[in-house]
Amino acid sequence: MRRADLLRVLVPAFSFAALLAATFWLQPRAMSYLGLNLLFNLAVPIALATIAQMIVIAVNDLDLSIGAFVSFVACVAATFLNDAPLAGALILAAAIATQAAIGAIIHLRDLPSIVVSLGMSFVWAGLAVLLLPAPGGAAPGWARWAMTARPPFLPMAIVASVLIACVAHLIVMRSSFGVALRGLGGNARSVERAGWSVLRLRAGAYALAACFAVAAGVALVGLTTSADANIALRYTLLSIAGVILGGGEFTGGRVSAVGAVIGALTLTLAGSFLTFLRLSPDWQIGAQGAILILVLAIRLLLHRREAAR
Amino acid sequence: MRALAARPWAWSFLATAAVFLATAAMTGGAGALGLAQAALTFAAFSAMVGLGQMFVITLGPGNVDLSIPACMTLSGTLALKAMNGAAGTELLGLAVALSVGLGVGLFNFALIKALRIPPIIATLSTSFIVQSTAIWANRGLRIKPPPRLADFATGATLGVPNVALAALALAILAWILLERSLYGRTVSAIGQNPRAARLAGAPVDGARIATYLLCALLAALAGFLLACFAGGAALNMGAEFLLTSIAVVVLGGSSVAGGNSNVPGVWGAALLMFLVVSMLNTYGLGAGVRLIMTGVIVMVVIFLAGGPRAPRG
Repeated sequence: MRRADLLRVLVPAFSFAALLAATFWLQPRAMSYLGLNLLFNLAVPIALATIAQMIVIAVNDLDLSIGAFVSFVACVAATFLNDAPLAGALILAAAIATQAAIGAIIHLRDLPSIVVSLGMSFVWAGLAVLLLPAPGGAAPGWARWAMTARPPFLPMAIVASVLIACVAHLIVMRSSFGVALRGLGGNARSVERAGWSVLRLRAGAYALAACFAVAAGVALVGLTTSADANIALRYTLLSIAGVILGGGEFTGGRVSAVGAVIGALTLTLAGSFLTFLRLSPDWQIGAQGAILILVLAIRLLLHRREAAR
Repeated sequence: MRALAARPWAWSFLATAAVFLATAAMTGGAGALGLAQAALTFAAFSAMVGLGQMFVITLGPGNVDLSIPACMTLSGTLALKAMNGAAGTELLGLAVALSVGLGVGLFNFALIKALRIPPIIATLSTSFIVQSTAIWANRGLRIKPPPRLADFATGATLGVPNVALAALALAILAWILLERSLYGRTVSAIGQNPRAARLAGAPVDGARIATYLLCALLAALAGFLLACFAGGAALNMGAEFLLTSIAVVVLGGSSVAGGNSNVPGVWGAALLMFLVVSMLNTYGLGAGVRLIMTGVIVMVVIFLAGGPRAPRG
């Protein structure tokens, strides 16, 4: 692993560890099975959405529709997937196919992904409102079971985060598909010369991202037991922040799957950290902004030192 | 046809006229004046923030201001708090709103410059902090704007809503700024090729800081007027403008890749977006269908306008 790549994962890991240590110091009782689960419960869907955003960013695109898409999935999961599992699964499969088609169109017409996903975000939000005009629905039993399971030794939130990081790492960093994806972000022409179909790669990237986003929606409903059409709108901005916090960059296919999960965990922890400081929860979102600025400043300093050597 | 092709903004006005006629036909012409007034009022707010976003997007790929909604909310909240509903404090409120815009714009640029991070992530971080400040300041806020200001924001002069007149005046200023001033030419040049602009001796950093300031100031002003219009500041008052501000720029025929923008289109697109929603309303369709149609329009326009893009730097 190159020094720069190592740095990319180490900075978010250390900032996360520092924040966690500070939390434990302020509130030693958080250092328990129950405490950890409470701290990181809501991080699981955010981590999944962040991985989805990371895959899109790896091919130099940006997805502004993730929040609306996850909300839509949550609404499907709380209605169809619960009442008629087969129909629900078909709807979700169609949603993934739609995202793949969007990726293909973006490539074929050379369209800016920001605008296309902006348009799609209205579409997904509209579909979500059609499904659930008022908050309601019920989580499928298995989703509820998976999110509230109590594995031995480590709480579900931690087990799930590690699992997500490992799976995403294997797909994006280790598989040949993942290498080609990141290559597409780095130099599309050379990937094409190497015999890959850029069209299929981009469609595949969007489909893979949509799979993670579907998992995020189902996990979210498993936690909240019901859904509403606006349930995950904040995920669009949180997922972008998580990717960058985890050492990813907007261009060049430079992303890190483990970093993205750590970024999502850090953002979640930054929110609850304030409660332990007995500060008003009004500042929860602000703390996420502050931690983002702080980590980016640290990274800049480290890179400067690296460059000066 | 050729004249139309040279004016990408004309399409949004043609579409606006068509949608207006379709809606007025549905009601048999009744309420056409009211519809026009409502469209002008609501489009004014989208146009105001859209103008700021347009200058930012002109700067080239990666330049988007995501802090507009938070800036609007904080400006509306703090201005109403400062005025406390008392008469004679209107200018104080305006000053507070504009200083919020100044602060947000400076903070945005400081992050972009000092941390060397992409503007998207800089304005995103800013928006988190600004939104938090607004939540903190807005707690339990039940202040109405001073009566004179409320009358101005909801009133009309010669049948044209006052906020629309204000936004129209700002659009004309923006048009002069973009097409005729050194600043506007510099912004376009940076968007077309930042390296060439720098080598040609254009004040790149100066133009960028002015652009982020301008965008935040317009957002703050829009938030101030919106709070006066709505009779109070709500925490979610800016939320819909995140996507709307980008959509009106793109629908108006400005290049998303930067360097090639136009002002009239922002107004045309703002009118179009409001009229489509009210047309679907008159046809009795719900919120879900309205959102879907908005998305479909954005995508159809970008699909048709796609293809050859402005050269990238």
